[in-house]
Amino acid sequence: MRTSDSLRKTYGETLVELGKDNKDIVMLEADLGNSTMSSLFGNAYPERYFQMGIAEQNMASVAAGLALAGKVPFINSFAVFATGRAYDQIRSSVAIANLNVKICGSSAGLSDYGDGKTHQSIDDIALMQVLPHMTVLSPCDAVESEMMTKAMVNEKGPMYLRINRNDLKIVTDPQAEYHIGKMTEMVQGNDVVVFATGIMVQQSMEAAKLLEKENISVRVVNVSTIKPLDVEALQMYCEGVKAVVTAEEHSVIGGLGSAICSALSQKRLPIGIVGIEDTFGTSAENYSILLKHFGLEAEDVAKKVRSVLSVR
Amino acid sequence: MNYSQQTINELKRKAIQVRSNILEMIPPGKVGHLGGSSSIADVMAALYFHTMKVNGSDPKNPLRDRLIMSKGHAVLVQYACLVELGYFPREELSKVKTFNGMLQGHPDMDRTPGIEAVTGSLGQGLSVSLGLALGLRLDHSSSRVYTILGDGELAEGQVWEAVMAAPDFKVNNLTAIVDWNGVQATSTTKEIFPIENLEEKWKAFGWNVLVIDGHDMVQILDALDRAKTYTEGPSVILAHTVKGKCFPFAEGKAKYHNASMTEEEYQTAWSCIEKMKREVEA
Repeated sequence: MRTSDSLRKTYGETLVELGKDNKDIVMLEADLGNSTMSSLFGNAYPERYFQMGIAEQNMASVAAGLALAGKVPFINSFAVFATGRAYDQIRSSVAIANLNVKICGSSAGLSDYGDGKTHQSIDDIALMQVLPHMTVLSPCDAVESEMMTKAMVNEKGPMYLRINRNDLKIVTDPQAEYHIGKMTEMVQGNDVVVFATGIMVQQSMEAAKLLEKENISVRVVNVSTIKPLDVEALQMYCEGVKAVVTAEEHSVIGGLGSAICSALSQKRLPIGIVGIEDTFGTSAENYSILLKHFGLEAEDVAKKVRSVLSVR
Repeated sequence: MNYSQQTINELKRKAIQVRSNILEMIPPGKVGHLGGSSSIADVMAALYFHTMKVNGSDPKNPLRDRLIMSKGHAVLVQYACLVELGYFPREELSKVKTFNGMLQGHPDMDRTPGIEAVTGSLGQGLSVSLGLALGLRLDHSSSRVYTILGDGELAEGQVWEAVMAAPDFKVNNLTAIVDWNGVQATSTTKEIFPIENLEEKWKAFGWNVLVIDGHDMVQILDALDRAKTYTEGPSVILAHTVKGKCFPFAEGKAKYHNASMTEEEYQTAWSCIEKMKREVEA
């Protein structure tokens, strides 16, 4: 049962809950357990918690071995290290072999605001979604964090979960049924559809409110499974609209926007991408400063909607 | 430990058969990793035909021992063993590295029965093996995990992450074997990237270290048995070997790391096989 609005704490607590009955779940950590919240699992089941030290490459391949032995290993680190530092290990040991390894990229996007560009992931979705066999999940709140964590245990195959470090407003319905691949309409509208993921879901919902005052009707869809992308649902939500906007806390290259552009390439619809423009992050005293600086506020989404509507 | 002459001779015959299977896979005109496959052929014969619990007709038996070819490029020697145990039909040997064959250029667990992991990107196999060993231990399994590493491969930093980690977890169901042939893809390890004091290095990280002549069947069996009975943690066998062993034109030469033989060399190689057969029978 979810106890807070923290995505990472919910992730850790959910695994503790699941680990009670499912003895195959094992956790691996690279010395960031108090941030990733994998430490909760370690406290509950020390015999199934492997502290691998600051050695992410070894951690990823050890997880592959544990999966070969029938376990359900979760590897944990900050998103930059979990994906980038261990990229070839994930590619070679895990993804090619299609092993049941779950990767939790914590403090994703700019959410580790103080630590700066080395610790902020603007490329993790790109790295993971390009890998065949890999599922890429991006929860927009703690409810989804819980649902996704459960689904990751229930479904086989390599999966990447991208978790924001900060508490996010609950925007999804805790009672709604969840499955991997699900796309959810958050706001109804018919002029423009905004496909958003992660924190950009709440920003886009806010943008829809702003635009309502200008008589622009915006549909907001939460795309929390970036891969496999439900192309049918994507096309369905495009029906009747004049333009499309995508929104993500990630580089505009290789993320949700790229995936959607590619999926809608046969449609005659203008598409605008809201994301981080081909640049690395930076330190700031709080998260809001970064969201403003990198153009990830509600007003930025609204601006993009106005701009795609003006395309003729 | 004592091994009967009959056992030793039988394994020597197997090692000859393994080398002859390697030749069968790479006739003139076909490129293959002859050097690093033949250097570890005696150790592989000992593992597959004596030490390891494996069954070619039941490749996924949970009680089996596992072998991970971390130096995945030398997979020809593994195919050469697996075919003898009936993991796949003999016809597959001639189809190695072809579009319709079961035997890929590097180990592929989806395509080839008996292959336990995907390797080929060097430096990852020991870590995968450590994970397997930990998983098997959680299940109280008696299965053991064997990993074959190249000495050139030891330049990969990840190997040393795993070397550091394994003793911390006290895994005693893991045996690493280094094919210490001193030659890598383009030259000697001494010239490319010398790693001195190998024995001391593994010891310092907490491994049970056994140094042997990797072409002496008695020493190989003895080391594998000692590793099996060592209960304090992981063991490593540093096996002094000769790259291209048994094929004089290729011995100790980087050229045959991954090459195709000339017609003349190929004939020479087969006469070496015949000569070895005669020697064992005498």
